[in-house]
Amino acid sequence: MLVTELKPEDELLAEVDEDGKVFVLGCDGCAGACETGGAENLPRLIDLLEEAGKTVTGRKSVEFLCDKSLIRSTLRPYASSIMESDSVLVATCGIGVQCVADSVLRRARPACNTLNMGGSRGTWPGTERCAECGDCLLDKTGGICPITTCAKQMVNGPCGGTTEDGKCEVDDERECGWYRIYRRLQDLEALEQMQELVPPKEYGRYLPSYERMTGEFWAVDAPAEEAGDDE
Amino acid sequence: MSEFSEALQQDEFVVTGEIGPPKGTNLEHCMEEVNELRDSVKAVNVTDLQSAVMRVGSLATCRVLKDRGVEPIYQLVCRDRNRLALQSDLLSASALGIENVLCLTGDHTLLGDHSDAQPVFDLESVGLLQAVETLCSGEDMAGNELDGSPELFPGAVVTPGADPVEPQIMRMEKKVEAGARFFQTQAVFDLDQFSGFMNRVEHLDVPVLGGILLLKSAGMAKFLNGNISGVQVPQRLIDRLDADKEKAKSGETAVKIAAQTIRGMRDLCDGVHIMALGWGGLVPQIVDEAGLS
Repeated sequence: MLVTELKPEDELLAEVDEDGKVFVLGCDGCAGACETGGAENLPRLIDLLEEAGKTVTGRKSVEFLCDKSLIRSTLRPYASSIMESDSVLVATCGIGVQCVADSVLRRARPACNTLNMGGSRGTWPGTERCAECGDCLLDKTGGICPITTCAKQMVNGPCGGTTEDGKCEVDDERECGWYRIYRRLQDLEALEQMQELVPPKEYGRYLPSYERMTGEFWAVDAPAEEAGDDE
Repeated sequence: MSEFSEALQQDEFVVTGEIGPPKGTNLEHCMEEVNELRDSVKAVNVTDLQSAVMRVGSLATCRVLKDRGVEPIYQLVCRDRNRLALQSDLLSASALGIENVLCLTGDHTLLGDHSDAQPVFDLESVGLLQAVETLCSGEDMAGNELDGSPELFPGAVVTPGADPVEPQIMRMEKKVEAGARFFQTQAVFDLDQFSGFMNRVEHLDVPVLGGILLLKSAGMAKFLNGNISGVQVPQRLIDRLDADKEKAKSGETAVKIAAQTIRGMRDLCDGVHIMALGWGGLVPQIVDEAGLS
């Protein structure tokens, strides 16, 4: 299970600052359980957007946003409203945002931060990976994670080690994450995004609290606390 | 104010050299190389665990150079230190009288001789440049006030031969925004390509020193082409190295190629950075043949 929390409102509104029309997408899987991404959680995002003067072109919560075939089949009826939007605000984990970004040619903006659970991971059918860093950057990188796709976890563009065919200096099979981000932003006609100076990451948000690692709500397989244990 | 920064401000065509500290405590060979090239250059870069190979540290070697009257350019990479250690080393550099600092991300640990090491990359070169700027303003990255702030002259690197080059240029722009005051480039062999690059970065008002790497053999040139991103040695240079193996071995061909490249660069950029890779003894001859002495 990947644990998410909604980004603070000012951070969310900054993401969609230049967007007039936004499609809101949720996930009924882990994000549904975290009460960030399920169908019943979308109205508060929609309210926030509408209060800020945005037009919400549509909404949909998909069973699992980490399954790209499910995304594509579920969103097919919504294609025209998505394509008339400036962006898709996606309420789910970092993997789901990346799967959406790979499925629709629109800016996929993360509505959540994915929190580190000290090693627990969900399972997913694609190649997208989420480091659960708690400080999601996908909005700035065309929906491709530089933390998991770049060997050096660079946040401001590629190092000098990209090969001519777009591979990484550490492994000639491995695609350079920043080469992919560059191409994606080109496709999105949003290359100016790469000019934004991204400050050093806040790694203090990476470590989960002990409560979160062991708490019953998140650790669904932990034995339920029995009454009278403390006595 | 370092002599290197002053020379750049006075629009001199500046030459810098480079040495790599040894694996082990014997600095003798390293200092011999410094002595061979010191009179031909304005300052000498000291690499920081170059190619992710464990060696004597850059900071200590910089201080040794300074004690001998040679101006060092302290190379600092983000691979091995988090932001506490990086900032601390920058303060240490300043306390030791070192001003020029070249901020790099660093080669990945997997490419070096300790591939099991944990790579750090807490910051990358852009963040390191921001850290330098912050420290120089009297605060650390956490906003704490410093008792005495460093005076540093930060620089960065760029790969003009990258393909596509646009992401490199965008990154170079960010480095300028983050405080880079000079650039030293990856090795250049193709002047037409380099000229095109310099045109594209004309809007950046920061001096650029073109990278000169001595070609020791045709084999080395082919290795660069196959293995080093953004470095392309034209076939005609490989043919020259192949044509006379004796001249290649003695360094005569390397000197000729380097001097020609520098002559071609004089109207394109603000200086050159010569990476001799142990052949520092040839630097005076190169500078002479390039018409710079």
